[in-house]
Amino acid sequence: MTEPLHRSLGLTDGELDDIVRILGRGPNHLELAMYSVMWSEHCSYKSSRIHLRRFPTDGPDVMVGPGENAGVIDVGDGIAVAMRIESHNHPSAIEPYQGAATGVGGILRDIFTMGARPIALMDPLRFGPLDDPRSRWIAEGVVSGVSGYGNSVGVPTVGGEAVFDSTYQDNPLVNVFCLGILPHERLVLGQATGEGNLAVLLGSTTGRDGIGGVSVLASAGFSDAEADAAKRPSVQVGDPFEEKRLIEACLELLDARLVVGIQDLGGAGLTCATSETASRGGVGMDVYVWAVPRREEGMEPFEVMTSESQERMLAIVEPDSLDRVLEICRRWEVRASVIGTVTEGGALRILDATGPHDAAGATVFADVPAASLHEDAPLYDRPLAPPADLAARRADDPAAQLAPDDLGAALLDMLCDNTWISSQYDSQLFLNTVVGPGGDATVLRLKDPATGADTGRGLALTADGNHRWCAVDPRRGASAVMAEAVMNLATVGARPLAMVNCLNFGNPEHPEVMWQLSEAIDGLADACRALGIPVVGGNVSLYNESRGADIDPTPVVAVLGMVDTLVRRPPGIGLVDGGRLLVLGDGPTSLAGSLWAWRQGLRGGELPELDVASLQATAGVLRSLVLNDLVQAAHDVSSGGLGLALAEMAVVSGVGWSVARIHDHQGLFGEGSGRAVLCVAPEHLAEVEERCEAAGVAVARIGEAGGSALKIKDLLDVDLAAATSAWRDRLPAALGGGTTQG
Amino acid sequence: MTARVGVVLFPGSNCEFDAVEAIRHLGGDAEIVWHEASSLAGFDAVIIPGGFAHGDYLRPGAIARFSPVMEAVTAFAADGGPVVGICNGFQILTEAGLLPGALQKNAGLKFRCDTAILRVESTNSALTNEATLGAELRIPINHFEGNYTCSTETLAELRDADRIVLRYVENPNGSVDDIAGVCNEGRNVVGLMPHPERASHELLGSTDGRPLLLSLLAAASRQ
Repeated sequence: MTEPLHRSLGLTDGELDDIVRILGRGPNHLELAMYSVMWSEHCSYKSSRIHLRRFPTDGPDVMVGPGENAGVIDVGDGIAVAMRIESHNHPSAIEPYQGAATGVGGILRDIFTMGARPIALMDPLRFGPLDDPRSRWIAEGVVSGVSGYGNSVGVPTVGGEAVFDSTYQDNPLVNVFCLGILPHERLVLGQATGEGNLAVLLGSTTGRDGIGGVSVLASAGFSDAEADAAKRPSVQVGDPFEEKRLIEACLELLDARLVVGIQDLGGAGLTCATSETASRGGVGMDVYVWAVPRREEGMEPFEVMTSESQERMLAIVEPDSLDRVLEICRRWEVRASVIGTVTEGGALRILDATGPHDAAGATVFADVPAASLHEDAPLYDRPLAPPADLAARRADDPAAQLAPDDLGAALLDMLCDNTWISSQYDSQLFLNTVVGPGGDATVLRLKDPATGADTGRGLALTADGNHRWCAVDPRRGASAVMAEAVMNLATVGARPLAMVNCLNFGNPEHPEVMWQLSEAIDGLADACRALGIPVVGGNVSLYNESRGADIDPTPVVAVLGMVDTLVRRPPGIGLVDGGRLLVLGDGPTSLAGSLWAWRQGLRGGELPELDVASLQATAGVLRSLVLNDLVQAAHDVSSGGLGLALAEMAVVSGVGWSVARIHDHQGLFGEGSGRAVLCVAPEHLAEVEERCEAAGVAVARIGEAGGSALKIKDLLDVDLAAATSAWRDRLPAALGGGTTQG
Repeated sequence: MTARVGVVLFPGSNCEFDAVEAIRHLGGDAEIVWHEASSLAGFDAVIIPGGFAHGDYLRPGAIARFSPVMEAVTAFAADGGPVVGICNGFQILTEAGLLPGALQKNAGLKFRCDTAILRVESTNSALTNEATLGAELRIPINHFEGNYTCSTETLAELRDADRIVLRYVENPNGSVDDIAGVCNEGRNVVGLMPHPERASHELLGSTDGRPLLLSLLAAASRQ
């Protein structure tokens, strides 16, 4: 091996030149390792930052926007909500259980580091097809990992998605969202201030696990199985019990106002936590490398500084508070060690010392400007280009394809109940969960985090993504994803407050991928701006590649909503016998990017443009219908079109339907934004229609709920029992009782 | 006088807030008791809540039984004080020898969060004295190790002495004889895998946990 060290650490020659310019000399091995992790794609967003600036991030309720550990929103009554989404795609591809488990652990730390108690997790998951054994192994391991860590750490998993598609074969997308709640006055930022203050490392010991995780794993594509197996030591190992004690200890420290700043240790470990806190506070830091409790003997300084061992936090503490900090940590059985001191100037120095007492005159292992690790990472404006055959693709409308002989079989094939996944998660802890997994959106009671008093209001959450729409048109597809989120929230009576996103894309060195990323960001940004929804955080996961091909572009959004009056459970999606079926909204639909088209291998066509005014009106009237208890069921129309929406409403309730006015497969499976199916009791029909008319929103009667079949005149006749078993049995049949991991 | 319930908190417990909230919602008084406490003086009843005490390391409840508070719980129970173990609390009570049997992994070898239907099999216990015999209650379950097992002799004893207080209508985890909850000989110590505190508010979808928690408050008031 003659490869220069910087390249094997993932730095380019140009990046090395930058480091030499910053230091005025060549970096030593430790310094090089520190730059390599901090300037990795994962930590620095060097390929995406230039585009992320286009998101609208301000709003009257935004307390903390992007750039901190989590976004924070004011939700009234002196209560704030912290939210963030992250990806753990590559670790989960290599080691599904631990990859997913540590993804959960990492996102929790991002939330409680803000002073918020984590109260809800959601997991948007995407796997390869169910008929691929490795994809099934990954899916089962990931679900076990989320279950094993999330349940044990004591944070309910209240929602998510599960998508199976060949684009994710060998490269699953494991996105993890967390929401926390805090009294305004407990908000704390990840910054170090006050010369002479102490940096106290809390939690687990530091081992050799996860060294270079961000640079080796997260910021490069996959090659072959053997090479991937060699990367397995770069995946960290999680301990939910350690994390649980860390949560309780940190929240107690914050309640007692014993820390001036606090930061979690995630990607890039101590290097990241020390440099970011110092950089944000405009100070420097001396780190006593041998004060860090180590799990293994003979660890090198670069290993200590870049290890991604889990369940660790860095607290900045005034010397006078140290004894009380140590006492609280002792009570929670959390290890606490003084590993550094805040210094004047901006230098991050790594010293050959075990503490302040032997630091004077100690050898300086590394001496770099803290801000240069955090803020001076390279910024790339990578070349971008639409695919050469874009025009031809768009002209290739799937509507040209003849209708299939058996629409019933196509419909049955789309039904998939995710209960096999969600029932492995505790979704009810904290007595907040009014609507849990399986609904269009989750609803949680909003209780005062300080007193426990019920506010009479609710938080709503939805996580949405659609790679098919975004593969056809990343800009319009991404806008349509936001529209779906808004409609999902409306079905439970919620108005949107804020969004976070996880942008899962392929290799940024491919101009087409950069074009997809840029277009998708514009699609999300345009929709958010028009809808008045601020973007308060995000994560970018690049280099997602399956068998040598970039994955379909997959921006995933998680949107927080507010239910202003939560006095009863929302109607849900289940039908009531005798209810009248209505379609709300009449925007354009298309088979392009539809689930039906994908199943036929048709990837062309053009998505309709989002009509924001119409979406606003439709979502608004839907909210009012739900809050006024005028509907028996409401379900957003999304993947699979009207046909799948209606079928899902039938199978969850055991009530069939009889429908007219759907004339062909395009009407049945066409997809578009801003539609919902309603089930309305006959006595409320007139009022529902009047309200829609007053709001200028189209509503059409299409049929009636009842019977034991799914019937569309001259088009479809499916036995409800067959639909129910297709829906219910799909995942258990594929994934089985199976083996358990961990 | 308002009954005062102590809710024991071990490192790794996670249902302690829920138990406190549900008890207060029903008019009782509840307070957290740290696992290093050596006395339960002043409490009229004790709840060992769900969660993963001490990380469930070794096996659920195996370490928690050695926490100092368990000596106090044992003494409290010996004096006839009502003690209820919910989920992980049930596991801890069996490990501590305050209840017979053991909880092993679910028959499906999967964690299971769901709603189960329980039938009240005895109203002679600290957890069921206000419930209706034969009533069917919709109560959430949330466990990996909820598969109750015991020796044939113990099972016969439990049946003969009317100590099986709750049974599953549809067995979700493989528990012997569909057992969801049992009590001790004195009928003041009860363990169950389902979570009555999760069925205590209309917005949560069921209020069927109330008769059980009200039973505990009634037993506490008699202290």
